[in-house]
Amino acid sequence: MKVLVPVKRVIDYNVKVRVKSDQSGVDLANVKMSMNPFDEISVEEAVRLKEKGAVEEIVVVSIGPQQAQETLRTALAMGADRGILIKTDDNVEPLAVAKILEKVIGEESPELVILGKQAIDDDSNQTGQMLAALLDWPQGTFASEVILEDGKINVTREIDGGLQTLSLQTPAIVTTDLRLNEPRYASLPNIMKAKKKPIDEKSPGDYGVDTAARLSVVKVTEPPVREAGEKVEDVSELVTKLKAKGAI
Amino acid sequence: MHSIGEMTEDQLAIKDAVEKTCSQFGEDYWAKTDETGDWPEEFCNAMAEGGWLGVAFPEEYGGAGLGLTEAALVMQAVTRSGAGYSGASAIHLNIFGPKPLEKFGNAEQKQENLPKIISGQEKMCFAVTEPNSGLDTSSLETKAERTNSGYTINGRKIWTTGAQRADKILIIARTTPKEECSKPYLGLSLFYTDLDRGKIDAKPIPKMGRKAVECNMLYIDGLEVPKEHLIGEEGAGFKYLLQGLNPERVLFAVESIGLGFAALERATTYAKERVVFGRPIGQNQGIQHPLAQRWAELKAAELLAYKAAGLYDQGVDCGAEANAAKLLGTEAGFKACETAVLSHGGMGYAKEYHVERYMREAMLARIAPVSREMILNFIAERVLGLPKSY
Ligand SMILES: Cc1cc2nc3c(=O)[nH]c(=O)nc-3n(C[C@H](O)[C@H](O)[C@H](O)COP(=O)(O)OP(=O)(O)OC[C@H]3O[C@@H](n4cnc5c(N)ncnc54)[C@H](O)[C@@H]3O)c2cc1C
Repeated sequence: MKVLVPVKRVIDYNVKVRVKSDQSGVDLANVKMSMNPFDEISVEEAVRLKEKGAVEEIVVVSIGPQQAQETLRTALAMGADRGILIKTDDNVEPLAVAKILEKVIGEESPELVILGKQAIDDDSNQTGQMLAALLDWPQGTFASEVILEDGKINVTREIDGGLQTLSLQTPAIVTTDLRLNEPRYASLPNIMKAKKKPIDEKSPGDYGVDTAARLSVVKVTEPPVREAGEKVEDVSELVTKLKAKGAI
Repeated sequence: MHSIGEMTEDQLAIKDAVEKTCSQFGEDYWAKTDETGDWPEEFCNAMAEGGWLGVAFPEEYGGAGLGLTEAALVMQAVTRSGAGYSGASAIHLNIFGPKPLEKFGNAEQKQENLPKIISGQEKMCFAVTEPNSGLDTSSLETKAERTNSGYTINGRKIWTTGAQRADKILIIARTTPKEECSKPYLGLSLFYTDLDRGKIDAKPIPKMGRKAVECNMLYIDGLEVPKEHLIGEEGAGFKYLLQGLNPERVLFAVESIGLGFAALERATTYAKERVVFGRPIGQNQGIQHPLAQRWAELKAAELLAYKAAGLYDQGVDCGAEANAAKLLGTEAGFKACETAVLSHGGMGYAKEYHVERYMREAMLARIAPVSREMILNFIAERVLGLPKSY
């Protein structure tokens, strides 16, 4: 089986983001960028499936600036086999991403696409679902377990009130949740091997997809600063304070 | 290239992966090893498993074939993570200790030993310093006398790091008396051999910091060394040793710089949070300026250290830069730790805030493997052309 894993280059999750003074967005200058953590989980899952012998090839795709190549290399160092960089300096919205991926899938014919459930920069949580709709493929979103069995993909999903298990016919779309796995750290020998793995370079135009924005950002605002808490000695003091604040 | 220009894709990936590996070992882990003196086994295993010990060794022995620049990035990321010298010194010798072996050993010696060091299966220690000769290596007293099958070594070494767990010892000893040599630095030979505990008694030295990685007094009594364990030619040991000095200086520089940056981060975090006289202490220039000054010093030393590493990797002489980087880097690192302690006020003296541990560790890099005075002696004589003073 061939697996396709799209990966996005986003602001590192450890970075404290700052809103630009004109409120047009967040400041990306000189900020550490990394692979979207959900995408790391997707790559890890694909690599584990490959290690179990269920998968022959893992192709990783990134749509973004030239530096997204680093993100692809990280995925290759984790164990993916080759990469496709679709180069653009535009901010590509989820629908356009899904349309480009649809075309890539047309060329690559994977039987499984594993995406992160969302990217931590815009938290859209849309691409996987839109892609499933465009392709008319079954989807298992927010996966906490993925098992390949007799040509079926069993996906356990985290939903309100418990777990739901779906059995999907291939080809299928899976989006990953935090508890699916713990991604490995690239080892030095694998970083060295990744250098020799191929990365194809393309542009959105090669796929005939218009990436012009359909949404416009009106204003980005910092969340209000959290006020310092108060320490209480015991439960009765807590209850008194809550009552005084009218909370109970 | 790092610090001088943009880091390459590999270098970014290396730094990132080491940072992630080290992030599993947090402040509590290192505070505990410093308290108990337990060897950081889990950390060493994680670094060996990631292949990091082989960063600067040729691929044929299981290394990655990268340069000093990348080794420096690895070691700086280690100390920077808060592991300090408790982490760095536990793997430092695997990463650069066997360099004389790689450069001057024969094919058999390399095949036999390098893969085991790179995989972490074997550990080594490096025995140069002696109680009676100090920095004057030409006057060392440990003797290797010829036997039919090799040599017998007798003598004492001091400060030998890691000898409690080492399987192998890289040791320099006199094979020809100084009086019989045309130059004082001739007649010394280098051996890479088994650390035979029947013949070497290693006694740990209680010391100021880095309790997890011990230093020892070695009493060597009749250590039998087969002639196959001699590195290169007899009598040329000091020359071989010199080859490894510049890279080691660069590594000490960046290790100390990494620790300095870790201290600075703790200090700035504290300075933002600690409110006295109705304002965060970090709003006072008396607190801000020393921190900013330390940052500038660390950054300048870092630049020089990676400059030296880059020259070394190109095969160009980097003696002046490596020595100057060792001096500036270790001073900047120590000062940053000291400023971090002072910025914390009384809490800087409490173990809970970790900066006192950093400061105790940063002190060692100012002394070992070469003192500030000897670096200045080198620069005065070799760079400025002044008469030799010692
Ligand atoms: C934590 C730690 C780990 C170590 N690990 C190892 C190890 O693994 N292997 C190993 O072989 N060694 C090791 N050492 C030893 C270290 O390399 C030596 O301590 C260092 O080289 C200084 O030598 P010394 O202590 O004999 O000082 P000395 O030579 O006694 O010098 C004492 C002081 O006098 C100064 N001085 C001496 N001569 C002159 C001069 N001509 N001009 C100006 N000043 C001078 C020196 O700069 C120094 O400040 C370690 C030391 C420490 C502290």
